[in-house]
Amino acid sequence: MATMTAPVKLPELTQDDLARYSRHLILPEVGEEGQRKLKAARVLCIGAGGLGSPLALYLAAAGVGTLGLVDFDVVDASNLQRQIIHSTADIGRKKLDSAEEKLKALNPDLKIVKYDTMLSSANALDILKDYDVVADGTDNFPTRYLVNDACVLLGIPNAYGSIFRFEGQASVFAAQNGPCYRCLYPEPPPPGLVPSCAEGGVLGILPGLIGVIQATETIKLILGKGEPLVGRLLLVDALNMRFRELKLRRNPECPVCGDHPTVTKLIDYEQFCGIAPAAKEETALKNGIPQMSVKELKQRMDAGDDLLILDVREPFEYQIANIGGKLIPQAEVPRRLAEIDRNREIVVQCKSGGRSQRIAEVLKKSGYENVANLAGGILAWSDQIDPSVRKY
Amino acid sequence: MKIFIPTPLRTHAAGNDALDVNAATVSGALDELTRTFPELRKHLFTGEGKLRAFVNVYLNDEDVRYLPAKEATAVSDTDTLSIIPSIAGGAGAARRADRPLY
Repeated sequence: MATMTAPVKLPELTQDDLARYSRHLILPEVGEEGQRKLKAARVLCIGAGGLGSPLALYLAAAGVGTLGLVDFDVVDASNLQRQIIHSTADIGRKKLDSAEEKLKALNPDLKIVKYDTMLSSANALDILKDYDVVADGTDNFPTRYLVNDACVLLGIPNAYGSIFRFEGQASVFAAQNGPCYRCLYPEPPPPGLVPSCAEGGVLGILPGLIGVIQATETIKLILGKGEPLVGRLLLVDALNMRFRELKLRRNPECPVCGDHPTVTKLIDYEQFCGIAPAAKEETALKNGIPQMSVKELKQRMDAGDDLLILDVREPFEYQIANIGGKLIPQAEVPRRLAEIDRNREIVVQCKSGGRSQRIAEVLKKSGYENVANLAGGILAWSDQIDPSVRKY
Repeated sequence: MKIFIPTPLRTHAAGNDALDVNAATVSGALDELTRTFPELRKHLFTGEGKLRAFVNVYLNDEDVRYLPAKEATAVSDTDTLSIIPSIAGGAGAARRADRPLY
């Protein structure tokens, strides 16, 4: 990137800077020049959540001059187990505003640019182009591929981090001559194979570990010091506290960063990841499965209708809260079809309607004719029908 | 040799995070693994028996794709095989329009 290697007039350090960054200044690897590079640097943090929290905080502490933040989400109580940039008082508030407040409290000289939007093929190039490094802290596959492709097309390195339960990965993609995300994973997994943090859970500290690794890599890229994780995949197993490293290579046939790229502009990433486009309103039919609202289910139950509620969550979830459904965890459904009466009307239910939709489709494919999905799941039931049903 | 099972696939391997198998080659080791845990087969391989593109297999720290003999590479008792699937660290792929992204 031009800003890091070309001779640019670096901003001067003020008296306050000298006092604040003294511990950096006395490090040979940073020094005054390094600190000035940090001050000149512009880093884009995509996501102000689990990974974004420690990432942005440490970048602010380090004296990065400009931090861009992309997030359109709102702080929820369940975030606070790991998204440490937000506080209890911020529940209900936009994450961007909450993050900005904490970052400026830490470092008032920081310039923060907020992007209250969903990153998409339409806006990604415009948003990313003004930055020197991108730190990808998102939580879904379409955005991962979008950010990767945009970084490669723009020539901006991507400090990558991702987590699942208690395992994390970190690397630097799209650096010069280095591999990109697609070199490692040319194709995304089919939707539904890898559960979300809401469905699979995540150890609260984990994004802290990985997020700070991303911040470290970002700072090293800015300083031009040390050996960044280019061409290396760091694997962290927090449960066993094992760190392993795997070699990554740039794939000469990579469609985005290879010798003869075929992807020269951003594509439809949802389609790439096999996700049907989300409807603006809840549609009555999704992939051929009728959607039943919780209100409708309540009415039918009150009327004494003979419905089989099939709860496809895990046993520990059932223990926390349930609406009396028959519990068959999703992975077991295919081999326990004998327990699901084909002749009854079935309503599949899970936590928020994702897993149940998939299982409803599985049942339909297995010849079940009378299957509906409980839209919104038990969370919607708790919100709209019975607040005594615990949310989690 | 040891095969490391990644978190997303452990439910299909009876909860094990690592397994010992006897095999002469990388593909032999994977076959042994999917023989013991048939449910893993569809997560690792396509219908035509090829490794799925979002799953990477590493022999020690090298991606098997880049080894000269690829899956036919010989393995010894002290080698390890790691299965590295992609993880995105967050929201499910079936994202509803009203559910936020991050």
